[in-house]
Amino acid sequence: MENLIYLDNNATTRVDDKVLEAMLPYFKEEYANPSSMYDFAKHSGRAIFEARGIIKDFFNAANEKEIIFTSCGSESANMAIRGVLNMNKNKKHIVTTKVEHACVLNLYQTLEKEGYTVDYIGVNSNGEIDLAQLEDAIHFDTALVSVMYANNETGVIFPIQKIAEIIKRKNPQTKFFVDAVQVAGKIPIDVQELGVDLLSISGHKFHAPKGVGALYCNSKTILTPLIIGGHQERGKRAGTENVPYIVGLAKAAEIATDFLKYESTEVKRLRDKLESGILKNIYNARLNTGAAYRVPNTTNIGFEYIEGELILLHLSDLGICASSGSACTSGSLEPSHVLRAMNVPFTAIHGSIRFSLSKYTTEKDVDYVNEVLPGIIEKIRLISPYQDELAELKKLKNM
Amino acid sequence: MWDYSEKVMDHYRNPRNVGKIDDADAVGSAGSLACGDQLKIYLKIKNGIVTDAKFQTFGCGSAVASSSILTEMIIGKPIEEVRKITNKDIADQLEGLPPEKMHCSVMGYEALEDALKGYEDYQDLEDIRNDIEPKKEKIVCTCFNITENLIWDAIKQNGLKTVEEITNYTKAGGACGKCKGLIQDIIDTYYKKEEEKNGGLSPAQRILKINTIIEKQISPELQKDGGDITLIDIDGNKVYVKLRGKCSGCKNSMLTLKAFVQSTLRDAISQDIEVIEAGE
Repeated sequence: MENLIYLDNNATTRVDDKVLEAMLPYFKEEYANPSSMYDFAKHSGRAIFEARGIIKDFFNAANEKEIIFTSCGSESANMAIRGVLNMNKNKKHIVTTKVEHACVLNLYQTLEKEGYTVDYIGVNSNGEIDLAQLEDAIHFDTALVSVMYANNETGVIFPIQKIAEIIKRKNPQTKFFVDAVQVAGKIPIDVQELGVDLLSISGHKFHAPKGVGALYCNSKTILTPLIIGGHQERGKRAGTENVPYIVGLAKAAEIATDFLKYESTEVKRLRDKLESGILKNIYNARLNTGAAYRVPNTTNIGFEYIEGELILLHLSDLGICASSGSACTSGSLEPSHVLRAMNVPFTAIHGSIRFSLSKYTTEKDVDYVNEVLPGIIEKIRLISPYQDELAELKKLKNM
Repeated sequence: MWDYSEKVMDHYRNPRNVGKIDDADAVGSAGSLACGDQLKIYLKIKNGIVTDAKFQTFGCGSAVASSSILTEMIIGKPIEEVRKITNKDIADQLEGLPPEKMHCSVMGYEALEDALKGYEDYQDLEDIRNDIEPKKEKIVCTCFNITENLIWDAIKQNGLKTVEEITNYTKAGGACGKCKGLIQDIIDTYYKKEEEKNGGLSPAQRILKINTIIEKQISPELQKDGGDITLIDIDGNKVYVKLRGKCSGCKNSMLTLKAFVQSTLRDAISQDIEVIEAGE
């Protein structure tokens, strides 16, 4: 598409050219099954071995054996959660948050039907986790605590290391799973420093293709497999290794490590420029996360008294891609569970837009959005039945 | 991405008749800010004709398109005609809406109905003088404030049969889902009433019963006189038959048809059945 401005990188990302390049030989020349017993299979076997080493370093894990390759973030999460619970059948309590990704949240709702008790920890109006509530919730029967590293809609980062300390203090037997899908490639991940037992990532969120993910599972944690069959991944995940995609994941992790500084400086600068431009020029805009600590690429802004899908449609007409927490885009008739958990006022929740940048976002992209967005918002405001309330907001902003 | 028609896209890109009429003769609204979509419609009415209409909408693309096209559909139309507009008409004018978005067309219908109700109240001062309380409508879905009447109308206008369809068309049951049982009750009640209207039989049962009566009761009687009868077709209340043997061409055939065949069927099934002799 011509003039595409892609600001939806928390949904998925463009595959890095270098990643694709690294993958191609494993489709064309080195297509052998790594389990085969001839010289031809040595290269693909070697590629998996090297990729595992790279991902080990990406997580700063202690050992390659702690890395399991999967097909996606959802599989990694399902495997971690089901795997831990199956190994601790006598414990029936789980602690998680109200703002987890659907792939985790829906699994917990299923587990509740299977007899588990789940405590969902709330967040404050900035989207920050309530640590006191979390501490209270953990007890002798708690098999698992599961907290995302950063939220996909708001970008708010949770204090994982602190939570790990709380868990160790309250119940050292409780396992800690972290869904790190939204931080991979945005901030460094160090599983040893964090003190987590399990941690999941998904390739397509940091410029690897869709269809590959990884799970870190420390050597003290034993899992039952989700997919049973061959001996691959040391019996923890059957199925012939997806060699080209695993190579792609490792290449993307390597590149991401090199780009971490760029993310925390340049991507952050552009995000801040976009954000302050919107907040300055549009009087009915509010930053939904306040002063919370966030990943460098994400901003979530509520436009009061107008509706999000309509904003997205108008942006799309200009080639700009973003996403919304409004009911109309979710297909569920209810606005985002994350923004509801944060108690975002109902005047702004339906008009909330997430912009998520990447290393491919340019200054020109951000300037263009800042140039056209006020006009789009003005056009939609004119249709709103809340003219008096909008006039009041305008007055307040100008004061 | 929703699969919106060109017409829908045209209307949310360039909405017609946006705004407020300060001296409107009728004003109607539907939905709410908390629920994620709201529509207000303003009408000017002169000599029973809608002379102007404007709208304000808080909502998605299809909500704006539904409101916009609705104003185009009613300007210049007499009230009696406007009153007949259903949500289906709005959706049809937009060249269709995605199933999950049908509730936007229902919102248009609802706001229009609200406006006309208000207009009639305005004219009928008698009720106000006599202090008659307006009839309260029963709320079924408390999350979205959806009334029993609205659900009933949506079933009737669109032939809805499942709770999921009701949710797509009215939003009822789309949030906490606690009212899904109530919605099922409304669907069941509606179709039970329909069935009663049709003599307590489903269309298939009705056809079978008509056929059985003709074969087992009517035909043997006619055969006694050397004639016979065959069922040709059933279309609603009309039963098309063919008289055979001695009956065909008999100058009393009309009498046989009406006095015997039709009255037997009417007694057995329902009083509105009409028996017609099928042509050659």
